Amino acid sequence: MTTETEQRSGRFGRYGGQYVPETLMGALDELVQAYEQAWADLEFHKELEYYWRYYAGRPTPLYLAERLSDLCGTQVYLKREDLNHTGAHKLNNTLGQVLLARRMGKPRLVAETGAGQHGVATATVGALFGMETVVYMGVEDIRRQRLNCFRMELLGARIEPVESGKGTLKDATNEAIRDWMANVENTHYLMGSVCGPHPYPTMVRDFQSIIGQEVREQCPEQVGRLPDKLVACVGGGSNSIGLFYPFLDDDVELIGVEGAGHGLHTGEHSAPLAAGSFGILHGSASQIMQDEDGQIINAHSVAAGLDYPGVGPEHAYLHESGRATYVSVTDEQALAAFDQLSKLEGIIPALEAAHALAWVIEQAGNFGEDEVIVINLSGRGDKDAAEVKSLL
Amino acid sequence: MNSIQQTFASNRPAGRGVLVVYVTAGDPSLEETVEIVTTVADSGADIIELGIPYSDPLADGPTIQGASQRALEAGATIQGVFDCAAQIRERTSIPLVIMTCYNPILQFGPETFVQEASKVGIDGILASDLPPSEAEQWCAVAAEYELSTVFLVAPTTPPQRVARAVECTTGFVYAVARPGVTGARDELPEDLKDSVARIRQVTDLPIAVGFGISTPQQVAAVCEIADGAIVGSAVVDIIAEASNHEARLQQVSRFVSALAAATRQ
Repeated sequence: MTTETEQRSGRFGRYGGQYVPETLMGALDELVQAYEQAWADLEFHKELEYYWRYYAGRPTPLYLAERLSDLCGTQVYLKREDLNHTGAHKLNNTLGQVLLARRMGKPRLVAETGAGQHGVATATVGALFGMETVVYMGVEDIRRQRLNCFRMELLGARIEPVESGKGTLKDATNEAIRDWMANVENTHYLMGSVCGPHPYPTMVRDFQSIIGQEVREQCPEQVGRLPDKLVACVGGGSNSIGLFYPFLDDDVELIGVEGAGHGLHTGEHSAPLAAGSFGILHGSASQIMQDEDGQIINAHSVAAGLDYPGVGPEHAYLHESGRATYVSVTDEQALAAFDQLSKLEGIIPALEAAHALAWVIEQAGNFGEDEVIVINLSGRGDKDAAEVKSLL
Repeated sequence: MNSIQQTFASNRPAGRGVLVVYVTAGDPSLEETVEIVTTVADSGADIIELGIPYSDPLADGPTIQGASQRALEAGATIQGVFDCAAQIRERTSIPLVIMTCYNPILQFGPETFVQEASKVGIDGILASDLPPSEAEQWCAVAAEYELSTVFLVAPTTPPQRVARAVECTTGFVYAVARPGVTGARDELPEDLKDSVARIRQVTDLPIAVGFGISTPQQVAAVCEIADGAIVGSAVVDIIAEASNHEARLQQVSRFVSALAAATRQ
């Protein structure tokens, strides 16, 4: 699948590319080729759709959240990715990539994880297909996402704690890439977001686009037309690009919500689109958080899945072109929304998704009564319950 | 012929391998780096790779990651490393190759970076995460200021990419000994000879082997099959573990002398 946003292979305007040590280039070439062949193969799609449907439980519902709609003075629909197997959208992508790894004959998976949702989704497909699975996770994230660590171990994966840096997603990503570099012959690097070198941003987007494709069918069925606004949180940006991508050519407003952490003015945030600059991180050019010497600055977000100083190159492109709008909400606002959705709808959202909810709640009263807003509820919040309790 | 190629050419008739030694600039401080590099040069190294520390060096193992972290915490900046290089240049004429990742270069401005490097007497640059396929503009800028380029070739690099890497290189070809990151290893990989031969088939440029080369024995073995050997982490470890400045220089000198002797075996 190609779009007008990809002017050449792996590029989104001036963003994207493959900035990695030569040691990885052979593996990337192999992956690009395998991915292009698989994506053009009907059998691959059939297999993937089989697992999406019978294993993951797709399609996920598009749910009219009535009490939240009343609060916001508009019609708010939730795309229930929290009901996807393992509790988040992450499985859409790991199912796609594990089928690809099998085609390439690679028996070992490595992955990075922040919130642990991608780690769980990788451990899950590793178990499903009997593959050795190693998940790199920062020590700070291990502390705040204990439940997911236990789940990964239960699923038979090995967790490698990462002490470097601040012990969060960026550092885990470095280590996962280094592992891949040392073991390229038998290992597939199962990246969880739309970051990294080509083909990851394109491939992960394609696998996550099932989210937007379903909304594109469900919304006309349930509402009679396409939505007016799509809202999703943006860390690396996989759930948001998955929702946005099938709507790029439609008259639909796209709004990505970054983590403003303690506030953009404090420097302690994870909002590279709002407050970053052009640079290279983890193999692609994008908007990143860095100092004037190009050293990467540690991000901060209460949501481990957003706690990352970069963002997928396609988001940087959509931001620059103006096709999508990016806003940010603070930890405090996200925590409030976490609590509000739980009490209003009986749905405990992941702290990441709570950012998208928080922005819509903040804007209450600014929407038309008949407007249709779809929020991607990218994951469930059970994993965050203990951390939120300690913060409240 | 540039100074890097000159160094290889002058060693060749005597059957000597070229010893390239990597040092992370700023670990433990930029002032000490000046003296460490001078010592390395005086102890028989032929080329210095001077690392500009980066926060997230993908190609590096724990040893050089640690050195980069310490250097950044001690306040090393790009401009600081250039000033350090200028001081080194006052003391020795040994070829200096900057090694870093591309993002620091990008933020400094590729053209300004090359201009400044050239001004302080740097001879070549290696950006470890800039593969030849992304390096078109970079090569043009480097050529304009007559700075030599160094590119990596891995054992996994397919033939058409080897050809491209060689085309972009004006200094020496950096043959990566094995998959994975930098760091000392006990043994040389068995297929090293084939990997080097594969590159030799397509170029007359000097070929130096790095990643995991850490002992005089390994240097001697590498110099049998390639034009030079690159030692990094083993030296960085000595720098990190020495108890004080004097001991550091003494131990570095002893180790580099042993490595240099091995190139003549």
